[in-house]
Amino acid sequence: MWTFFHKLASPPHIYRIAAKFVPWFAGLGLALIAYGTIAGLFFAPADYQQKDAFRIIYVHVPAAYLSMLAYSIMAISAGIGLIWRMKLAHAVAAAAAPLGAWFTFLALATGSIWGRPMWGTWWEWGDPRLTSELIMLFLYIGYMALRSAIDDIGKADKASAVLALVGAVNVPIIHFSVEWWSSLHQGPTLIREGGPAIETAMLYPLLANILGFTFLFGALLLMRVRTEVLQRERRSRWVRNMILEEPA
Amino acid sequence: MSALAMGGYGAYVWSSFGLTFVVVIVCILQARSRQARTYRQIETRLRAMESAE
Repeated sequence: MWTFFHKLASPPHIYRIAAKFVPWFAGLGLALIAYGTIAGLFFAPADYQQKDAFRIIYVHVPAAYLSMLAYSIMAISAGIGLIWRMKLAHAVAAAAAPLGAWFTFLALATGSIWGRPMWGTWWEWGDPRLTSELIMLFLYIGYMALRSAIDDIGKADKASAVLALVGAVNVPIIHFSVEWWSSLHQGPTLIREGGPAIETAMLYPLLANILGFTFLFGALLLMRVRTEVLQRERRSRWVRNMILEEPA
Repeated sequence: MSALAMGGYGAYVWSSFGLTFVVVIVCILQARSRQARTYRQIETRLRAMESAE
C-alpha cells in the first residue's frame, strides 16, 4: 500500500503521468469554454437590468473563482510541504502562483470593465470585495518575488510557504466580503440560499465556462508542475537517462 | 450588427472577452516556453558533461 503511494508520488512517475493528462484537460477545457462563450455571448437572453453588459459574467466569474481556487491550492500545498517535507507539494504551490496571479489580474480587469457602465466607476477604493481581491494579487506577486530572491530552492520553498499560509486568511475574506460589509459588488448569483438566481439559458453557459476554465487551469498547472519537478530533479539519474536517451 | 453592438455595451463586453483570450494565450505560451527552456538548459549541461567524460 505505502509502496504504491510512494511510487505514485515519485518524481519520474508524476512527470510522465502529468504529461498524459495535459492534452485531455486542455481539450476538454477548451471545448467547454467554446460552448460556454458562444452560448453566453449570442444565445443567452439579455439581463432585464444590466442588458447585454451582464455577459461579462461569463469571463469574470470563472476568473475570480480560479483566482481563489489557485490560492487555496497554493496555500494547502505549501502547508503540506511544510508539515510533511514533501518536495512535490512545494512544486505544486510554486506552479500555482503565476497562474493564480494571472487569473486574479483578469478578475480585477474584467470587473473594472464591468463596473464602469454598471456603477459608473472603474474602481472604488472603499469596496471590500475589490480591495481584498487586489490584496490577493499583491500576495501572489510577493510570493513569486520572494521565491525568485532566494537561490536555495529548499529555503525558498519554506519561506514562500509561510507567506502563502499567512495570506490564506484573505481567501474567506474575499468570499464573504459581499455579505459581511456593504459593498458596491453584487451578491452571490450561484451559491446562495434558495439556489442559483439565474435562469437556465444564462446558467448553463456560465457553468460550462467555470468548468472549462477549471480544466484549462488544471492543464496549465500540470504543465508547470512538470517544469518544477524537472528543475528540482535536474541532477537525478532518471532525468539524466530520460534526456540523454533522446536523440540530440 | 446588433450582436456586435451588444445593446451599446459592445466596447465593455468585447474588451473583457478579448482580454481573457489574451491572458489564456499568454498562460499557455509561458507554461510551454518555461518547460522548453528548462529542458534545454538541463540537456545542454548533461551533454557537456557527457562529452567531458
